[in-house]
Amino acid sequence: MHELSIVSSIVDTVTESLAAYPGTHVKEVRLRVGVLAAVVEDSLQFCYGIVTEGTPLAGSVLVVKTLPVKAHCAPCSREVELAGIMSMRCPRCGTPATQLLQGRELEIEAIEIEEPEGIA
Amino acid sequence: MTTRIVELRRGILKKNDELAAGLRQRFAAAGVLVLNLVSSPGTGKTSFLERTLRELHTAGAKAAALVGDLETDNDAQRLATSGAPVRQINTHGICHLEAEMVGRHLDGWDLAALDYLFIENVGNLVCPSSYDLGEKIRVVLLSVTEGEDKPLKYPSLFNSADAAVITKIDLAEPCGFNREAALHNIHEIRPGIRIFETSAKTGTGLAEWYAYLAEVRSRNDQH
Ligand SMILES: Nc1nc2c(ncn2[C@@H]2O[C@H](COP(=O)(O)OP(=O)(O)OP(=O)(O)O)[C@@H](O)[C@H]2O)c(=O)[nH]1
Ligand SMILES: [Mg+2]
Ligand SMILES: [Zn+2]
Repeated sequence: MHELSIVSSIVDTVTESLAAYPGTHVKEVRLRVGVLAAVVEDSLQFCYGIVTEGTPLAGSVLVVKTLPVKAHCAPCSREVELAGIMSMRCPRCGTPATQLLQGRELEIEAIEIEEPEGIA
Repeated sequence: MTTRIVELRRGILKKNDELAAGLRQRFAAAGVLVLNLVSSPGTGKTSFLERTLRELHTAGAKAAALVGDLETDNDAQRLATSGAPVRQINTHGICHLEAEMVGRHLDGWDLAALDYLFIENVGNLVCPSSYDLGEKIRVVLLSVTEGEDKPLKYPSLFNSADAAVITKIDLAEPCGFNREAALHNIHEIRPGIRIFETSAKTGTGLAEWYAYLAEVRSRNDQH
């Protein structure tokens, strides 16, 4: 259950970046998570509600965008998207995929904030 | 109220990644080969490491170990019988090691005097896969008693490994271990990975493992 430490890092990172936007309120936090990142969305969501309580992120929505594995296939000489993670093979020619281009991401893409109007 | 989207594009584990990158540089500068051993609880990491440390010592190599454990120092005590320098990292309930814990436990060790540093991670096939420790080689271990489909159940970890060690091969027959299926599944998740079939009890397969260590070290020395 390292989702707890992952959510704590999210809270820290977002809170830090809010320093530039005083008086704002966080509505949404958007993540990009690769299918090889070893993170379970349900556990993330569960921890999120608990960990954000009493922080500037309280009440915000966590949106997780899941990224498939992409690899460079040498025989096809192109980028291919793998069907799943049970078999690391090119879906076109079946060659084992050793050169992964995407799939381990674990990042905060953006946040949506609400700013009070009319602050000079 | 106005709504605004702020792009952050920040790695969630950026702090760990940065610390790990710093450690990796430090290890490379010191010329020590660092390996991170990961597996389920009870696969045989400590037994494998204990024998490896002892036999490397006999062969004249300098090796040390860091061992992660939730609460006890049993594994560190077992490893210390090999005569190698060993330190325990108590994670106090955290299910994986992080780069910061590794960095904190290196104080006072002359890394340049070491050939190898082994890190035994906490027994867990999920969480350690996200945390880079600055290692050169990540070794995933799988015992013949735990099922040939483990790689398919934990692809994130198996895919992140650089070498795989099958342990307790002396029990293969009584356990009805399907060797072909195990090798196939590992290669399916991590194409091209080196696989060692070993027993810490009988010593089977360890010569190949030591040859691999020496080979990676000499590759390391070339730049
Ligand atoms: N027959 C046989 N038993 C082994 C072998 N290696 C380990 N064992 C046994 O398997 C059990 C677990 O071994 P450990 O080395 O403690 O496993 P571990 O992976 O370090 O366990 P944790 O640190 O708790 O995750 C012990 O009872 C060992 O004696 C082996 O090669 N053959
Ligand atoms: Mg152990
Ligand atoms: Zn292809």
